[in-house]
Order: sequence, then C-alpha cells, then structure tokens
Amino acid sequence: MAESGWADALYDLLRANGVTQFGYVPDAGHRVLIDRSLADPDAHSIPLTTEEEGVALAAGADLGGQKAVLLMQSSGVGNCINMLSLTAGCRFPFLTIVSMRGDFGEGNAWQFPMGQAVEPVLKAMGVVVLRCDGPQDVIPTATAALTMAFQSGQSVAILLGQRLLGAKKF
Amino acid sequence: MARLNKIPMSNVPAATLDRRQAVPALLERHADFLIVAGLAGTAQELSALTHESPGVFGLGGAMGASLSMGLGLALAQPKRRVLIVTGDGELLMNVGALATIALQNPPNLKVVCVDNGHYGETGNQDSHTGLGVQLDVIARGSGFPVVHTINTDADIEEGRRLLRQETGLAFILLRVMEGPPNKVRRNLVPHVERDRFRAALLG
Repeated sequence: MAESGWADALYDLLRANGVTQFGYVPDAGHRVLIDRSLADPDAHSIPLTTEEEGVALAAGADLGGQKAVLLMQSSGVGNCINMLSLTAGCRFPFLTIVSMRGDFGEGNAWQFPMGQAVEPVLKAMGVVVLRCDGPQDVIPTATAALTMAFQSGQSVAILLGQRLLGAKKF
Repeated sequence: MARLNKIPMSNVPAATLDRRQAVPALLERHADFLIVAGLAGTAQELSALTHESPGVFGLGGAMGASLSMGLGLALAQPKRRVLIVTGDGELLMNVGALATIALQNPPNLKVVCVDNGHYGETGNQDSHTGLGVQLDVIARGSGFPVVHTINTDADIEEGRRLLRQETGLAFILLRVMEGPPNKVRRNLVPHVERDRFRAALLG
C-alpha cells in the first residue's frame, strides 16, 4: 500500500461500517481522517476541546443509534480515563484510534511518560488494545476492531505506532 | 484562613427560585424530549419528575459527560428534541464542550443548566458560579446563538418557549437557591440505563 494510502482506506472502511460521528483533537497522524470527515456531507466532523468529550460523545451517539470513533494522540488518552467508567459501566461500544508519541524513535522526552502509559492505563479501564506498526496492519486491525466494538459491544483502542507514522523530527 | 476571590456580581440578582418547582415548571412535558441529565441533583430530579422514564438517561458518575453525550444523541436523532439538563458543577468540569456544541450547532439541542452555585452532593461547597462566574456569559462567548437566563418566575415562560422552538440551539441558565432537589430512589445499575433508553428509542 502507498505510504499513506492506508489512511484513506481506513476512512473508507469506517464509513462502510456505518461510523458517522468523528470526534477528534487534531494530530498530524490523523490528518487524512480529519480532512476526509470535514469533506464528507454524510458524516459529522466534531472537533473537541479535550479528548474525554469524545468518550461521552460516542456514548450519546450509541444512545441515538449511531456509531462514533474518537481520534486522538497518545497524550489524550490520559484525559479520558475517568470518562471511560461511563463506557465500562454502561457497556457502551467504544472505538478509538490513537496516534502514538513517546513510542518508537521518539525525539521529544516530554512525550514518553504518557506514551508509555497508554497501553497499561487503557487496559486498566477495560479497553482492548490493538497495535498497528506497519501499513499492512491497519485494515485487518481496524476490521477486527469494528467487529469487536460494534458487534460485541467492547471498548477497543487501535494504536498507530511510530513505526507506522514515523517519529517526529526535532 | 485561605480566602477565595469572590468575583463582583453587581449585575446578577440573588437567586430566588426553588428548583423543586422551577425545574418542572420549565420542562412542563418531559415526554416532548429525549433527555440527558448530569449526575447528582439534576439526575435525581429528572428521575423524580419523569418516574424514571426510559426517555431520560441520568448519569450517576462520569462527571462532565452530559454535554457531550447530549451532543452525540442530538446528532444521531435530528428529528427529536434533545435536552441536556445539568448542574453548574457538572457543566464546569467540561465547560469547553459548550464550544464543541456551538461548532456543530444542532438545531434540535437545548441545554438547561440548573445553577445553585454549590456542589450540593459533596458538602455544599461554593462552586465557581456561586463565587461569581457567569455560565450564561460563557455560553454566549462559546457561540451559543440563543442564551436565556431565568432569575424569577416571570422568566420561565420564555424558557419554556425556547425549549420547544423548532430550530435553534439554545442555552438556558436556571438560577436557583441552595437546597435539595426532588428525589426518588433511582436505579443506579449503569448498563440497565443504557439498555432501557435504547430499547425505548430504537426498538
């Protein structure tokens, strides 16, 4: 797959599976998904002020019979933790795609504490964590995650690692 | 003794309304709405008012969720009137969600904040609004096209009208005195709440 062709394919996959609400705090790793949602007349593109809004947004979408996804950077995971008690307690389906920092080859030391804590804190809140480290991983992983979230009612996070996204240069 | 900066409130009259009468008077017919109620006081009074109607999702935790939940619901159900009813403390925890809602501007969504200026559930500490922070001004600055403040019985009629106007996002600040809400013994099993709401709405 072309260098970032996976991102367009991922957007198409989400839409084909009925995801209509895209909540996000911007990150470079999500640029294509955000731009596609903004250009899509049949989707809601929802910029958030903090990531935990997206957890509650997804719950509200489910109450109304729609599917949402939360796009965020790894640092945003920390902003979501208590709000995930809504998801866990009420058994809301939940799907998030996390662009990683503080990961493979990271050059900014500020990113490591949260980046390295992403997996353990998500797991502590009952979220299933799936990783993508190459472009060939993205579509199979997202396909699995969509089934786990919206058919089995689980909370699922797809981590897009820095082997896939590239480490930001400073 | 430490002191907090009490912000001058010369333009804000003292609250006179009792929430136990004012909230039912404002909502009038709850069955006209799908309702998300913030935790503590507002979830309790909405449960009491509606006899735990399946059209009300009342939070028992996850403080700060109500605004964004109501947004997701309103976007998913554009043909239904969606109402968020929450307290000042719950709203303040994710006050940025007002800006998020205004950018979507869903015409079927209204927000009611029952502002008693206190954290009633945790020992009645002053909230920021009790010390002068004005949520109606914040809502206006966040981009809400219609903002209405209810200080007296005479202001309620306009609030009732705004809640049912066919198009247009609105924020209503209902300023009430300290004091308990109407209460009922609620079901606090979270997933029962979700299942009940979805079954009634979606079949």
